[in-house]
Amino acid sequence: MNSVFRTEELGLSYNGKAVLSGVSLEFFAGCVTAVVGPNGAGKSTLLSILAGLRRNYAGRCLFRGREVRDWARRAFAREVAFIPQTVRIEFPFTVEQVVLMGRTPYCKGLFEGPEDWEAAERAMRLTDVLELRHRDYRSLSGGEKQRAILASVLAQEPRALILDEPATFLDLQHQIAIHSLLRKLARQGMLVVTATHDLNLAAAFADRIVALRQGRVYCDSPPQEAVNAANIEAVFGVRVEVFRTPEGKPWVHYGRL
Amino acid sequence: MAVSERDHRRRFWLPLSLAAALALAALVALPLVGPARISYARALAGQSPDAEILFYARLPRVLLALLAGGALAAAGALFQALLRDALATPYTLGVSSGASLGAVIAISAGWGTLAGWPAVWLSALAGAALVLALVVGVASEGRRMSSFTLLLAGVTINSICLAGILFLQYAAGFSQSFAIVRWLLGGIDAVEYRTLAGLAAVVLLFAAYLTRQSRDWNLMAVGEEWAAARGVHVQRLMLSGYIAGSLVAGTVTSITGPIGFVGLIVPHALRLRLGADHRLLMPCSFFTGAAFLALCDTVARTAFSPAEIPVGVITAMTGGPFFIWILRSGRRSLWL
Repeated sequence: MNSVFRTEELGLSYNGKAVLSGVSLEFFAGCVTAVVGPNGAGKSTLLSILAGLRRNYAGRCLFRGREVRDWARRAFAREVAFIPQTVRIEFPFTVEQVVLMGRTPYCKGLFEGPEDWEAAERAMRLTDVLELRHRDYRSLSGGEKQRAILASVLAQEPRALILDEPATFLDLQHQIAIHSLLRKLARQGMLVVTATHDLNLAAAFADRIVALRQGRVYCDSPPQEAVNAANIEAVFGVRVEVFRTPEGKPWVHYGRL
Repeated sequence: MAVSERDHRRRFWLPLSLAAALALAALVALPLVGPARISYARALAGQSPDAEILFYARLPRVLLALLAGGALAAAGALFQALLRDALATPYTLGVSSGASLGAVIAISAGWGTLAGWPAVWLSALAGAALVLALVVGVASEGRRMSSFTLLLAGVTINSICLAGILFLQYAAGFSQSFAIVRWLLGGIDAVEYRTLAGLAAVVLLFAAYLTRQSRDWNLMAVGEEWAAARGVHVQRLMLSGYIAGSLVAGTVTSITGPIGFVGLIVPHALRLRLGADHRLLMPCSFFTGAAFLALCDTVARTAFSPAEIPVGVITAMTGGPFFIWILRSGRRSLWL
Protein backbone atom coordinates (compact mmCIF):
# COMPACT_ATOMS: atom_id res chain seq x y z
CA MET A 1 0.00 0.00 0.00
CA ASN A 2 0.87 3.62 -0.50
CA SER A 3 2.26 5.15 2.68
CA VAL A 4 1.44 8.84 3.07
CA PHE A 5 2.37 9.63 6.66
CA ARG A 6 5.01 7.81 8.64
CA THR A 7 5.93 8.67 12.21
CA GLU A 8 8.93 7.34 14.11
CA GLU A 9 9.16 7.73 17.87
CA LEU A 10 7.01 10.82 17.51
CA GLY A 11 6.55 12.78 20.71
CA LEU A 12 5.56 16.18 22.05
CA SER A 13 6.08 17.73 25.45
CA TYR A 14 4.16 20.64 26.82
CA ASN A 15 5.83 22.54 29.66
CA GLY A 16 8.11 19.57 30.30
CA LYS A 17 5.25 17.08 30.43
CA ALA A 18 5.07 14.51 27.65
CA VAL A 19 1.60 14.47 26.09
CA LEU A 20 2.67 12.18 23.28
CA SER A 21 5.63 9.82 23.14
CA GLY A 22 7.08 6.95 21.15
CA VAL A 23 4.39 7.00 18.48
CA SER A 24 5.45 5.02 15.42
CA LEU A 25 2.66 4.66 12.91
CA GLU A 26 2.09 4.52 9.20
CA PHE A 27 -0.95 5.93 7.39
CA PHE A 28 -2.00 4.79 3.94
CA ALA A 29 -3.87 6.41 1.08
CA GLY A 30 -7.45 5.26 0.66
CA CYS A 31 -7.71 4.20 4.28
CA VAL A 32 -9.89 5.56 7.09
CA THR A 33 -8.12 5.49 10.44
CA ALA A 34 -10.04 6.21 13.64
CA VAL A 35 -7.98 7.46 16.56
CA VAL A 36 -9.66 6.65 19.88
CA GLY A 37 -8.74 7.05 23.52
CA PRO A 38 -9.86 8.83 26.68
CA ASN A 39 -9.64 12.60 27.10
CA GLY A 40 -6.02 13.70 27.39
CA ALA A 41 -4.66 10.56 25.72
CA GLY A 42 -2.99 12.67 23.04
CA LYS A 43 -5.46 12.30 20.17
CA SER A 44 -5.69 16.00 19.37
CA THR A 45 -1.95 16.42 19.75
CA LEU A 46 -1.24 13.62 17.31
CA LEU A 47 -3.73 15.01 14.80
CA SER A 48 -2.43 18.56 15.04
CA ILE A 49 1.13 17.33 14.39
CA LEU A 50 -0.08 15.41 11.32
CA ALA A 51 -1.94 18.54 10.19
CA GLY A 52 1.29 20.54 10.34
CA LEU A 53 0.04 22.80 13.14
CA ARG A 54 2.75 21.86 15.67
CA ARG A 55 6.20 21.93 14.27
CA ASN A 56 8.07 21.51 17.55
CA TYR A 57 7.58 17.74 17.80
CA ALA A 58 10.32 15.29 18.76
CA GLY A 59 11.12 12.20 16.70
CA ARG A 60 10.08 12.07 13.09
CA CYS A 61 6.87 12.76 11.24
CA LEU A 62 7.23 12.23 7.52
CA PHE A 63 4.66 13.25 4.93
CA ARG A 64 5.40 11.74 1.52
CA GLY A 65 8.95 11.11 2.68
CA ARG A 66 9.66 14.64 3.89
CA GLU A 67 9.61 15.89 7.47
CA VAL A 68 6.34 17.78 8.09
CA ARG A 69 8.12 20.78 9.60
CA ASP A 70 10.30 21.10 6.49
CA TRP A 71 7.34 21.48 4.14
CA ALA A 72 6.59 24.96 2.84
CA ARG A 73 3.33 26.02 4.49
CA ARG A 74 1.35 26.65 1.33
CA ALA A 75 2.53 23.49 -0.40
CA PHE A 76 1.65 21.45 2.68
CA ALA A 77 -1.82 23.06 2.86
CA ARG A 78 -2.46 21.90 -0.71
CA GLU A 79 -1.83 18.33 0.46
CA VAL A 80 -3.20 18.10 3.98
CA ALA A 81 -6.40 19.63 5.36
CA PHE A 82 -7.62 19.80 8.94
CA ILE A 83 -11.05 20.08 10.57
CA PRO A 84 -11.13 21.02 14.25
CA GLN A 85 -13.98 20.09 16.59
CA THR A 86 -15.86 23.32 16.06
CA VAL A 87 -15.17 26.45 14.12
CA ARG A 88 -16.51 29.57 15.79
CA ILE A 89 -16.58 32.57 13.51
CA GLU A 90 -17.16 35.99 15.06
CA PHE A 91 -17.55 37.97 11.85
CA PRO A 92 -20.25 37.90 9.17
CA PHE A 93 -18.63 35.67 6.56
CA THR A 94 -20.98 33.95 4.12
CA VAL A 95 -20.79 30.21 3.56
CA GLU A 96 -19.35 30.88 0.12
CA GLN A 97 -16.58 33.04 1.59
CA VAL A 98 -15.80 30.38 4.19
CA VAL A 99 -15.57 27.73 1.47
CA LEU A 100 -13.43 29.92 -0.80
CA MET A 101 -10.92 30.35 2.03
CA GLY A 102 -10.03 26.74 1.35
CA ARG A 103 -8.51 27.95 -1.93
CA THR A 104 -5.98 30.18 -0.16
CA PRO A 105 -2.99 27.86 -0.73
CA TYR A 106 -3.70 27.95 -4.48
CA CYS A 107 -4.33 31.66 -4.98
CA LYS A 108 -1.60 33.88 -6.32
CA GLY A 109 -3.32 37.24 -6.58
CA LEU A 110 -5.74 38.92 -4.27
CA PHE A 111 -8.80 37.26 -5.80
CA GLU A 112 -9.91 33.75 -6.62
CA GLY A 113 -9.73 32.63 -10.24
CA PRO A 114 -12.26 30.55 -12.22
CA GLU A 115 -10.76 27.24 -11.12
CA ASP A 116 -11.04 28.32 -7.50
CA TRP A 117 -14.74 29.08 -7.95
CA GLU A 118 -15.25 25.74 -9.67
CA ALA A 119 -13.50 23.85 -6.89
CA ALA A 120 -15.58 25.71 -4.29
CA GLU A 121 -18.83 24.90 -6.12
CA ARG A 122 -17.88 21.23 -6.46
CA ALA A 123 -17.15 21.08 -2.74
CA MET A 124 -20.39 22.85 -1.82
CA ARG A 125 -22.36 20.45 -4.02
CA LEU A 126 -20.63 17.46 -2.43
CA THR A 127 -21.60 18.48 1.11
CA ASP A 128 -24.98 19.85 0.05
CA VAL A 129 -24.50 23.51 1.04
CA LEU A 130 -24.98 25.16 -2.37
CA GLU A 131 -28.37 26.44 -1.24
CA LEU A 132 -26.76 28.06 1.79
CA ARG A 133 -23.94 29.80 -0.07
CA HIS A 134 -25.10 33.37 0.64
CA ARG A 135 -26.12 32.73 4.23
CA ASP A 136 -24.15 34.15 7.15
CA TYR A 137 -22.14 31.25 8.58
CA ARG A 138 -23.16 32.25 12.11
CA SER A 139 -26.85 31.77 11.31
CA LEU A 140 -26.42 28.09 10.37
CA SER A 141 -27.39 25.14 12.51
CA GLY A 142 -24.65 22.90 13.94
CA GLY A 143 -25.04 20.36 11.16
CA GLU A 144 -25.01 23.00 8.42
CA LYS A 145 -21.90 24.60 9.92
CA GLN A 146 -20.08 21.29 9.93
CA ARG A 147 -21.03 20.72 6.28
CA ALA A 148 -19.84 24.22 5.34
CA ILE A 149 -16.50 23.59 7.06
CA LEU A 150 -16.22 20.24 5.32
CA ALA A 151 -16.84 21.98 2.00
CA SER A 152 -14.12 24.52 2.79
CA VAL A 153 -11.69 21.69 3.44
CA LEU A 154 -12.69 19.78 0.30
CA ALA A 155 -12.19 22.95 -1.76
CA GLN A 156 -8.58 22.65 -0.60
CA GLU A 157 -8.44 19.43 -2.68
CA PRO A 158 -6.17 17.69 -0.21
CA ARG A 159 -4.59 14.26 -0.41
CA ALA A 160 -5.05 13.73 3.31
CA LEU A 161 -7.86 14.83 5.58
CA ILE A 162 -7.35 15.08 9.34
CA LEU A 163 -10.47 15.47 11.49
CA ASP A 164 -10.62 16.08 15.23
CA GLU A 165 -13.93 14.63 16.46
CA PRO A 166 -15.87 16.01 13.52
CA ALA A 167 -19.24 14.62 14.56
CA THR A 168 -19.25 15.41 18.27
CA PHE A 169 -22.09 17.91 18.09
CA LEU A 170 -24.07 16.37 15.26
CA ASP A 171 -27.33 14.49 15.32
CA LEU A 172 -27.47 10.90 14.16
CA GLN A 173 -28.44 11.65 10.59
CA HIS A 174 -25.58 14.10 10.09
CA GLN A 175 -23.06 11.84 11.83
CA ILE A 176 -23.92 9.08 9.39
CA ALA A 177 -23.91 11.46 6.42
CA ILE A 178 -20.46 12.81 7.29
CA HIS A 179 -19.00 9.38 7.85
CA SER A 180 -20.36 7.91 4.65
CA LEU A 181 -18.92 10.89 2.78
CA LEU A 182 -15.55 10.24 4.44
CA ARG A 183 -15.76 6.59 3.34
CA LYS A 184 -16.54 7.66 -0.21
CA LEU A 185 -13.57 10.05 -0.26
CA ALA A 186 -11.31 7.29 1.04
CA ARG A 187 -12.47 4.95 -1.71
CA GLN A 188 -11.39 7.65 -4.18
CA GLY A 189 -7.91 7.49 -2.66
CA MET A 190 -7.93 10.08 0.11
CA LEU A 191 -6.23 9.39 3.39
CA VAL A 192 -8.62 10.05 6.29
CA VAL A 193 -7.57 10.22 9.93
CA THR A 194 -10.27 11.08 12.43
CA ALA A 195 -10.45 11.21 16.19
CA THR A 196 -13.69 10.01 17.70
CA HIS A 197 -15.28 9.04 20.98
CA ASP A 198 -17.89 6.79 19.44
CA LEU A 199 -16.46 3.28 19.32
CA ASN A 200 -19.45 1.83 17.49
CA LEU A 201 -19.23 4.46 14.79
CA ALA A 202 -15.47 3.89 14.55
CA ALA A 203 -15.96 0.13 14.26
CA ALA A 204 -18.57 0.63 11.56
CA PHE A 205 -16.75 2.99 9.22
CA ALA A 206 -12.99 2.81 9.93
CA ASP A 207 -10.59 0.39 8.29
CA ARG A 208 -8.30 0.65 11.23
CA ILE A 209 -8.38 1.78 14.82
CA VAL A 210 -5.46 3.37 16.66
CA ALA A 211 -6.06 3.47 20.41
CA LEU A 212 -4.00 5.92 22.45
CA ARG A 213 -3.46 5.69 26.18
CA GLN A 214 -1.44 8.24 28.13
CA GLY A 215 0.24 9.53 25.01
CA ARG A 216 1.28 6.14 23.69
CA VAL A 217 -0.15 3.76 21.12
CA TYR A 218 -1.95 0.97 22.95
CA CYS A 219 -3.16 -0.89 19.92
CA ASP A 220 -3.26 -0.43 16.17
CA SER A 221 -5.36 -2.93 14.26
CA PRO A 222 -8.56 -3.44 12.24
CA PRO A 223 -11.80 -2.87 14.19
CA GLN A 224 -12.53 -6.62 14.45
CA GLU A 225 -9.36 -7.10 16.50
CA ALA A 226 -9.11 -3.71 18.20
CA VAL A 227 -12.59 -3.47 19.64
CA ASN A 228 -12.86 -6.03 22.42
CA ALA A 229 -13.74 -5.87 26.09
CA ALA A 230 -10.17 -6.33 27.31
CA ASN A 231 -8.78 -3.50 25.14
CA ILE A 232 -11.59 -1.15 26.07
CA GLU A 233 -11.08 -1.76 29.76
CA ALA A 234 -7.34 -1.23 29.39
CA VAL A 235 -7.70 2.01 27.42
CA PHE A 236 -10.84 3.60 28.89
CA GLY A 237 -11.00 1.91 32.28
CA VAL A 238 -14.62 0.83 31.89
CA ARG A 239 -16.17 -2.62 31.70
CA VAL A 240 -18.28 -3.20 28.61
CA GLU A 241 -19.71 -6.07 26.64
CA VAL A 242 -18.86 -6.43 22.97
CA PHE A 243 -21.37 -8.08 20.65
CA ARG A 244 -21.27 -8.60 16.89
CA THR A 245 -23.58 -6.97 14.41
CA PRO A 246 -25.16 -9.20 11.75
CA GLU A 247 -22.32 -8.12 9.39
CA GLY A 248 -19.80 -9.33 11.95
CA LYS A 249 -18.64 -5.90 13.09
CA PRO A 250 -18.01 -5.35 16.79
CA TRP A 251 -20.71 -3.51 18.68
CA VAL A 252 -20.02 -2.13 22.13
CA HIS A 253 -22.74 -2.35 24.77
CA TYR A 254 -22.05 0.05 27.61
CA GLY A 255 -24.13 -2.03 30.06
CA ARG A 256 -26.46 -0.85 32.75
CA LEU A 257 -25.57 2.61 33.96
CA MET B 1 -17.09 33.52 -15.86
CA ALA B 2 -19.51 31.88 -13.49
CA VAL B 3 -22.62 33.79 -12.45
CA SER B 4 -21.55 33.80 -8.83
CA GLU B 5 -18.15 35.15 -9.76
CA ARG B 6 -19.59 38.02 -11.78
CA ASP B 7 -22.07 38.76 -9.04
CA HIS B 8 -19.21 38.79 -6.62
CA ARG B 9 -17.26 41.37 -8.61
CA ARG B 10 -20.26 43.66 -8.71
CA ARG B 11 -20.60 43.36 -4.96
CA PHE B 12 -16.97 44.32 -4.68
CA TRP B 13 -16.56 47.25 -7.04
CA LEU B 14 -19.84 49.01 -6.33
CA PRO B 15 -19.33 49.70 -2.59
CA LEU B 16 -15.63 50.38 -3.13
CA SER B 17 -16.27 53.03 -5.76
CA LEU B 18 -19.01 54.58 -3.65
CA ALA B 19 -16.68 54.83 -0.66
CA ALA B 20 -13.90 56.30 -2.79
CA ALA B 21 -16.34 58.82 -4.30
CA LEU B 22 -17.39 59.81 -0.79
CA ALA B 23 -13.78 60.58 0.19
CA LEU B 24 -13.22 62.49 -3.05
CA ALA B 25 -16.39 64.51 -2.52
CA ALA B 26 -15.22 65.39 0.99
CA LEU B 27 -11.85 66.51 -0.37
CA VAL B 28 -13.47 68.79 -2.97
CA ALA B 29 -16.45 70.14 -1.05
CA LEU B 30 -15.33 70.56 2.57
CA PRO B 31 -12.62 73.21 1.97
CA LEU B 32 -15.40 75.45 0.66
CA VAL B 33 -17.24 75.30 3.99
CA GLY B 34 -16.46 78.01 6.49
CA PRO B 35 -17.24 81.54 7.64
CA ALA B 36 -15.46 83.14 4.69
CA ARG B 37 -16.88 82.34 1.25
CA ILE B 38 -14.20 81.26 -1.19
CA SER B 39 -14.20 79.89 -4.71
CA TYR B 40 -11.81 77.47 -6.36
CA ALA B 41 -11.58 79.67 -9.44
CA ARG B 42 -10.29 82.65 -7.46
CA ALA B 43 -8.07 80.52 -5.23
CA LEU B 44 -6.45 78.72 -8.15
CA ALA B 45 -5.89 82.05 -9.86
CA GLY B 46 -3.92 83.05 -6.80
CA GLN B 47 -6.30 85.80 -5.74
CA SER B 48 -6.17 87.00 -2.15
CA PRO B 49 -7.60 86.05 0.30
CA ASP B 50 -9.16 82.97 -1.33
CA ALA B 51 -5.81 81.37 -2.12
CA GLU B 52 -4.46 81.89 1.40
CA ILE B 53 -7.65 80.60 3.05
CA LEU B 54 -7.76 77.56 0.79
CA PHE B 55 -4.11 76.57 0.72
CA TYR B 56 -2.98 77.56 4.20
CA ALA B 57 -6.07 77.19 6.37
CA ARG B 58 -8.65 74.81 5.01
CA LEU B 59 -7.03 72.43 2.55
CA PRO B 60 -4.22 71.24 4.87
CA ARG B 61 -6.78 70.68 7.57
CA VAL B 62 -9.10 68.67 5.35
CA LEU B 63 -6.14 66.67 4.05
CA LEU B 64 -4.95 65.89 7.58
CA ALA B 65 -8.47 64.82 8.59
CA LEU B 66 -8.77 62.60 5.50
CA LEU B 67 -5.41 60.93 6.08
CA ALA B 68 -5.93 60.51 9.83
CA GLY B 69 -9.52 59.27 9.53
CA GLY B 70 -8.68 56.82 6.77
CA ALA B 71 -5.65 55.48 8.58
CA LEU B 72 -7.49 55.09 11.90
CA ALA B 73 -10.50 53.35 10.34
CA ALA B 74 -8.35 50.95 8.28
CA ALA B 75 -6.16 50.25 11.33
CA GLY B 76 -9.37 49.60 13.28
CA ALA B 77 -10.43 46.98 10.74
CA LEU B 78 -6.97 45.44 11.03
CA PHE B 79 -6.97 45.31 14.84
CA GLN B 80 -10.50 43.92 14.93
CA ALA B 81 -9.37 41.06 12.68
CA LEU B 82 -6.14 40.58 14.64
CA LEU B 83 -7.92 40.29 17.98
CA ARG B 84 -11.06 38.71 16.48
CA ASP B 85 -12.97 41.31 18.42
CA ALA B 86 -15.41 43.66 16.71
CA LEU B 87 -14.88 46.18 19.51
CA ALA B 88 -11.11 46.47 19.17
CA THR B 89 -9.69 49.83 18.12
CA PRO B 90 -6.29 51.00 16.89
CA TYR B 91 -5.75 52.11 20.49
CA THR B 92 -6.59 48.82 22.22
CA LEU B 93 -3.00 47.62 22.20
CA GLY B 94 -1.47 50.63 23.88
CA VAL B 95 0.21 52.54 21.08
CA SER B 96 -1.84 55.69 21.47
CA SER B 97 -1.27 55.88 25.22
CA GLY B 98 2.43 55.51 24.46
CA ALA B 99 2.19 58.42 22.06
CA SER B 100 0.14 60.40 24.59
CA LEU B 101 2.65 59.74 27.36
CA GLY B 102 5.43 60.92 25.06
CA ALA B 103 3.50 64.08 24.23
CA VAL B 104 2.63 64.75 27.88
CA ILE B 105 6.29 64.39 28.86
CA ALA B 106 7.25 66.94 26.20
CA ILE B 107 4.54 69.37 27.35
CA SER B 108 5.46 68.95 31.03
CA ALA B 109 9.15 69.46 30.31
CA GLY B 110 8.30 72.49 28.22
CA TRP B 111 10.27 71.30 25.19
CA GLY B 112 9.75 73.54 22.17
CA THR B 113 11.06 72.37 18.85
CA LEU B 114 13.73 69.88 17.86
CA ALA B 115 15.44 70.22 14.47
CA GLY B 116 12.53 72.32 13.23
CA TRP B 117 9.81 69.86 14.32
CA PRO B 118 7.54 70.29 17.35
CA ALA B 119 9.06 68.34 20.25
CA VAL B 120 5.60 67.14 21.24
CA TRP B 121 5.28 65.19 17.96
CA LEU B 122 8.74 63.71 18.17
CA SER B 123 8.30 62.73 21.79
CA ALA B 124 4.90 61.21 21.02
CA LEU B 125 6.39 59.22 18.13
CA ALA B 126 9.15 57.97 20.41
CA GLY B 127 6.54 56.97 23.01
CA ALA B 128 4.53 55.06 20.41
CA ALA B 129 7.63 53.28 19.13
CA LEU B 130 8.70 52.37 22.65
CA VAL B 131 5.29 50.87 23.47
CA LEU B 132 5.30 48.99 20.16
CA ALA B 133 8.66 47.41 20.97
CA LEU B 134 7.62 46.65 24.56
CA VAL B 135 4.35 44.99 23.60
CA VAL B 136 6.00 42.82 20.96
CA GLY B 137 8.75 41.91 23.41
CA VAL B 138 6.38 40.98 26.22
CA ALA B 139 3.92 39.18 23.93
CA SER B 140 6.54 36.96 22.34
CA GLU B 141 8.41 36.28 25.58
CA GLY B 142 8.78 32.57 26.25
CA ARG B 143 6.18 30.84 24.18
CA ARG B 144 4.63 31.63 20.86
CA MET B 145 2.91 34.92 20.29
CA SER B 146 -0.83 34.68 19.94
CA SER B 147 -3.53 37.28 19.73
CA PHE B 148 -4.19 36.54 23.41
CA THR B 149 -0.64 37.26 24.62
CA LEU B 150 -0.66 40.34 22.40
CA LEU B 151 -3.88 41.54 24.00
CA LEU B 152 -2.58 40.92 27.53
CA ALA B 153 0.69 42.72 26.87
CA GLY B 154 -1.02 45.60 25.07
CA VAL B 155 -3.70 46.19 27.69
CA THR B 156 -1.14 46.04 30.52
CA ILE B 157 1.27 48.48 28.93
CA ASN B 158 -1.68 50.68 28.01
CA SER B 159 -2.59 50.97 31.72
CA ILE B 160 0.98 51.73 32.72
CA CYS B 161 1.14 54.58 30.19
CA LEU B 162 -2.21 55.95 31.35
CA ALA B 163 -0.94 55.93 34.93
CA GLY B 164 2.14 57.86 33.80
CA ILE B 165 -0.06 60.45 32.06
CA LEU B 166 -2.22 60.87 35.17
CA PHE B 167 0.85 61.35 37.34
CA LEU B 168 2.39 63.95 35.04
CA GLN B 169 -0.90 65.78 34.75
CA TYR B 170 -1.27 65.81 38.52
CA ALA B 171 2.25 67.11 38.96
CA ALA B 172 1.98 69.73 36.20
CA GLY B 173 1.33 73.42 36.73
CA PHE B 174 -1.96 75.06 35.80
CA SER B 175 -1.19 76.14 32.24
CA GLN B 176 0.70 72.96 31.43
CA SER B 177 -2.16 70.93 32.80
CA PHE B 178 -4.52 72.75 30.44
CA ALA B 179 -2.20 72.10 27.49
CA ILE B 180 -2.11 68.42 28.42
CA VAL B 181 -5.88 68.13 28.58
CA ARG B 182 -6.23 69.93 25.25
CA TRP B 183 -3.73 67.54 23.64
CA LEU B 184 -5.46 64.48 25.08
CA LEU B 185 -8.77 65.60 23.55
CA GLY B 186 -7.25 65.30 20.10
CA GLY B 187 -7.74 67.70 17.27
CA ILE B 188 -7.07 68.44 13.63
CA ASP B 189 -4.97 71.50 12.86
CA ALA B 190 -3.78 73.12 9.68
CA VAL B 191 -0.29 71.60 9.53
CA GLU B 192 2.55 72.26 7.12
CA TYR B 193 2.62 70.43 3.81
CA ARG B 194 5.86 68.64 4.67
CA THR B 195 4.06 67.07 7.65
CA LEU B 196 1.22 66.02 5.37
CA ALA B 197 3.72 64.53 2.91
CA GLY B 198 5.39 62.51 5.66
CA LEU B 199 2.06 61.28 6.99
CA ALA B 200 0.83 60.47 3.48
CA ALA B 201 3.94 58.35 2.89
CA VAL B 202 3.32 56.34 6.07
CA VAL B 203 -0.38 55.95 5.30
CA LEU B 204 0.28 54.88 1.70
CA LEU B 205 2.78 52.25 2.81
CA PHE B 206 0.21 51.00 5.28
CA ALA B 207 -2.49 50.86 2.60
CA ALA B 208 -0.15 48.90 0.34
CA TYR B 209 0.55 46.45 3.16
CA LEU B 210 -3.16 45.98 3.89
CA THR B 211 -4.03 45.47 0.25
CA ARG B 212 -1.39 42.80 -0.13
CA GLN B 213 -2.36 40.95 3.03
CA SER B 214 -6.13 41.47 3.12
CA ARG B 215 -6.96 37.95 1.97
CA ASP B 216 -4.83 36.43 4.72
CA TRP B 217 -6.56 38.69 7.24
CA ASN B 218 -9.85 37.04 6.32
CA LEU B 219 -8.42 33.76 7.53
CA MET B 220 -6.92 35.32 10.65
CA ALA B 221 -10.31 36.83 11.44
CA VAL B 222 -11.68 33.29 11.60
CA GLY B 223 -8.89 31.84 13.72
CA GLU B 224 -5.16 31.30 14.01
CA GLU B 225 -5.42 27.54 13.52
CA TRP B 226 -7.83 28.01 10.62
CA ALA B 227 -5.30 30.29 8.92
CA ALA B 228 -2.33 28.05 9.69
CA ALA B 229 -4.10 24.98 8.26
CA ARG B 230 -4.52 26.90 4.98
CA GLY B 231 -0.89 27.80 4.59
CA VAL B 232 -0.77 31.22 6.25
CA HIS B 233 2.37 31.98 8.26
CA VAL B 234 0.38 33.08 11.31
CA GLN B 235 3.22 34.36 13.51
CA ARG B 236 4.64 36.49 10.74
CA LEU B 237 1.25 37.89 9.74
CA MET B 238 0.33 38.75 13.32
CA LEU B 239 3.63 40.48 13.98
CA SER B 240 3.62 42.44 10.72
CA GLY B 241 -0.02 43.43 11.26
CA TYR B 242 0.57 44.64 14.78
CA ILE B 243 3.66 46.61 13.79
CA ALA B 244 2.06 48.15 10.68
CA GLY B 245 -1.16 49.07 12.48
CA SER B 246 0.66 50.50 15.48
CA LEU B 247 3.11 52.48 13.38
CA VAL B 248 0.35 54.16 11.47
CA ALA B 249 -1.87 54.72 14.54
CA GLY B 250 1.15 56.02 16.47
CA THR B 251 2.11 58.42 13.70
CA VAL B 252 -1.42 59.76 13.38
CA THR B 253 -1.78 60.11 17.16
CA SER B 254 1.51 61.98 17.39
CA ILE B 255 0.18 64.67 15.05
CA THR B 256 -3.50 64.84 16.04
CA GLY B 257 -3.63 63.45 19.56
CA PRO B 258 -5.95 60.56 20.30
CA ILE B 259 -9.17 60.85 18.28
CA GLY B 260 -11.61 58.23 19.40
CA PHE B 261 -14.45 56.42 17.72
CA VAL B 262 -13.36 56.56 14.06
CA GLY B 263 -11.31 53.39 14.33
CA LEU B 264 -14.08 51.57 16.18
CA ILE B 265 -17.23 52.63 14.47
CA VAL B 266 -16.34 52.90 10.79
CA PRO B 267 -15.11 49.32 10.25
CA HIS B 268 -17.79 47.97 12.55
CA ALA B 269 -20.65 49.71 10.77
CA LEU B 270 -19.29 48.80 7.34
CA ARG B 271 -18.93 45.17 8.37
CA LEU B 272 -22.61 45.06 9.28
CA ARG B 273 -23.45 46.25 5.77
CA LEU B 274 -20.77 44.77 3.55
CA GLY B 275 -19.84 41.57 5.35
CA ALA B 276 -16.45 40.60 6.64
CA ASP B 277 -14.34 40.19 3.48
CA HIS B 278 -11.30 42.29 4.37
CA ARG B 279 -10.39 42.81 0.72
CA LEU B 280 -13.49 44.99 0.60
CA LEU B 281 -13.77 46.02 4.25
CA MET B 282 -10.27 47.48 4.61
CA PRO B 283 -10.27 49.84 1.60
CA CYS B 284 -13.88 50.86 2.24
CA SER B 285 -13.01 51.57 5.88
CA PHE B 286 -10.14 53.72 4.69
CA PHE B 287 -12.23 55.88 2.36
CA THR B 288 -15.27 56.10 4.63
CA GLY B 289 -13.17 56.85 7.71
CA ALA B 290 -11.41 59.60 5.76
CA ALA B 291 -14.67 61.21 4.72
CA PHE B 292 -16.18 60.77 8.19
CA LEU B 293 -13.36 62.48 10.06
CA ALA B 294 -13.09 65.29 7.50
CA LEU B 295 -16.81 65.92 7.87
CA CYS B 296 -16.61 65.83 11.67
CA ASP B 297 -13.70 68.26 11.65
CA THR B 298 -15.61 70.62 9.39
CA VAL B 299 -18.45 70.59 11.90
CA ALA B 300 -15.93 71.07 14.72
CA ARG B 301 -14.50 74.23 13.16
CA THR B 302 -17.74 75.78 11.88
CA ALA B 303 -20.61 74.83 14.19
CA PHE B 304 -19.75 77.31 16.93
CA SER B 305 -17.42 79.47 14.88
CA PRO B 306 -15.17 81.21 15.78
CA ALA B 307 -14.95 78.83 18.78
CA GLU B 308 -13.80 75.30 18.01
CA ILE B 309 -14.99 72.03 19.47
CA PRO B 310 -12.51 69.16 19.85
CA VAL B 311 -13.14 66.85 16.90
CA GLY B 312 -13.21 63.79 19.18
CA VAL B 313 -16.37 65.19 20.75
CA ILE B 314 -17.98 65.46 17.31
CA THR B 315 -16.95 61.97 16.18
CA ALA B 316 -18.51 60.44 19.28
CA MET B 317 -21.60 62.64 19.28
CA THR B 318 -22.47 62.10 15.63
CA GLY B 319 -21.04 58.61 15.25
CA GLY B 320 -22.76 57.12 18.27
CA PRO B 321 -26.37 57.79 17.24
CA PHE B 322 -25.60 56.86 13.63
CA PHE B 323 -24.19 53.57 14.83
CA ILE B 324 -27.27 52.85 16.92
CA TRP B 325 -29.42 53.57 13.87
CA ILE B 326 -27.38 51.08 11.84
CA LEU B 327 -27.71 48.42 14.52
CA ARG B 328 -31.46 48.99 14.76
CA SER B 329 -32.08 48.95 11.04
CA GLY B 330 -30.89 45.37 10.99
CA ARG B 331 -28.69 43.64 8.51
CA ARG B 332 -30.37 44.80 5.33
CA SER B 333 -27.73 45.63 2.82
CA LEU B 334 -27.27 49.32 2.14
CA TRP B 335 -25.91 48.82 -1.35
CA LEU B 336 -27.75 45.96 -2.95
